[in-house]
Amino acid sequence: MSASLGGSTAIVGIGQTEFSKAAGRSETQLASEAIVAALADAGLTTDDVDGFVSYTIDPVSETELVRALGTPEVRWSSRVPYGGGGSQGVLLHAAAAVAGGAARVVVAYRAIKARSGARFGRAQVSSRATSSHEGSTAGQWCSPFGVLTPASWMALNATRYMHTYGVTSADFGRAVVQLRDYASTNPNAHFYGSPITLDDHQASRWIAEPAIRLFDCCQETDGAVALVITAADRAPDTPTPVIIAAAATAGLFEEEIASNHYRPNLEVMDGSVALAAQLFGAGISRADVDVAMIYDAFSPILLMQLEALGFCGFGEAKDFVADGNLAPAGLLPCNTNGGLIGEGYIHGLNLTVEAVRQLRGTAVNQLDAPHTALVSASRTGVILQRPS
Amino acid sequence: MTRPAPIVTDDNASFWEAARGGKLVAQGCRECGRLRHPPRPMCPECHSIQQETVELAGTGTVYSYAILHHPRNPAFTYPVIAVLVDLDEGVRIVSNLVGVEPADVRIGAPVHVTFETTADDMAVPVFEPDGPPA
Repeated sequence: MSASLGGSTAIVGIGQTEFSKAAGRSETQLASEAIVAALADAGLTTDDVDGFVSYTIDPVSETELVRALGTPEVRWSSRVPYGGGGSQGVLLHAAAAVAGGAARVVVAYRAIKARSGARFGRAQVSSRATSSHEGSTAGQWCSPFGVLTPASWMALNATRYMHTYGVTSADFGRAVVQLRDYASTNPNAHFYGSPITLDDHQASRWIAEPAIRLFDCCQETDGAVALVITAADRAPDTPTPVIIAAAATAGLFEEEIASNHYRPNLEVMDGSVALAAQLFGAGISRADVDVAMIYDAFSPILLMQLEALGFCGFGEAKDFVADGNLAPAGLLPCNTNGGLIGEGYIHGLNLTVEAVRQLRGTAVNQLDAPHTALVSASRTGVILQRPS
Repeated sequence: MTRPAPIVTDDNASFWEAARGGKLVAQGCRECGRLRHPPRPMCPECHSIQQETVELAGTGTVYSYAILHHPRNPAFTYPVIAVLVDLDEGVRIVSNLVGVEPADVRIGAPVHVTFETTADDMAVPVFEPDGPPA
């Protein structure tokens, strides 16, 4: 985002459905429920909405959504590729549309039936030459070798990371224990009331050895979340706005989505290095971040992002985590809803909703009046701030 | 228990045709000589669309790996040993390591290519360790 866009837009409403393993209704219904809740939260109605943005992979058609919601006139819509890595890109798209005048009130949404519908974790051989939703050819070079799931794609990078910096499965496990601790006090989390020990983590079965055990994986989840974005100068008319201080996307040469196997040094998530250079380039520093939401589809990429985003040195995330820095009293309280591993996997957009709750002071694991929140989905990210 | 056939497209046909004939190849740019894998329709260096198929030595080292246990697809034998191989000519490939126990897989190990058949009478390049297991 150019510096001139920073601060000119705001998230004014958040909404969601329950998160479950079997929603028992369509994604279009889930999205509609979350959007109506988000608009009510903002003190707005469907008549106010003139823009929609979601992921290319989201199954809910704008046309069907408009039919369900009764939205009178859509003036702008957009989709962001790269799956969950693109999740925070919906905020960049929405902010640019509002700041540029293409839309006045944009709804960003993600509806998913990742457990009762199409599961990401199923070992299926695709009959397509490209990803079903965004045209990447990466999968066709993995499928003939049995590299069929996001865990298997990412484990190749994570093993290299472990090799380079002497990281162990237990190092990842310490982060998971913290995430499960946050989830254990979050009634909306899949793992509510279910904390684990490091021994529990180490006893969970291998998915992709030596990097990913079962407890390192996010939860396949059914549900939907929605956020309402409008101009910052309209936001004071809404009950609890949060300013989009920065939003950015960094897609690098030869970088792929989860199957990023061709960049020279895979032990570094250099898309996140580039992302941080944009987010922290305009007057906000890492020291300003009071709470972080970091995309944790699998625990290794949480540690790798901590380093790439600059919160610790390369190879130091294992110590940063072991020192308790992700906990409420740590240097960087992180994924306070339990993250995608502990709360559920609405493909990363539930992390953004949690960031808004923290800044509003309404999170279940509420920190002491945070002012600045970072959400990183490795190649897309936002910095949100409480209005001063 | 047969591997699925690779999906052949306009952009990747030369690679899979060569693999079927027992050859490991990469795309080379006819203008600037840059090698590239996976194949693509234009040279990202000089934008030439003139390309040639360059046969590789089939030797390289294990850049990274993952022993895949779950979930399982009936077309493969588990655990699957997935590897990234850095080939000596400077391109990287996703593949499998065969002829080795999972516990003996090492980053940096020298490997060489061999081929396994797939459905539809196709073949994929896989790798085996150069020497006896360490």
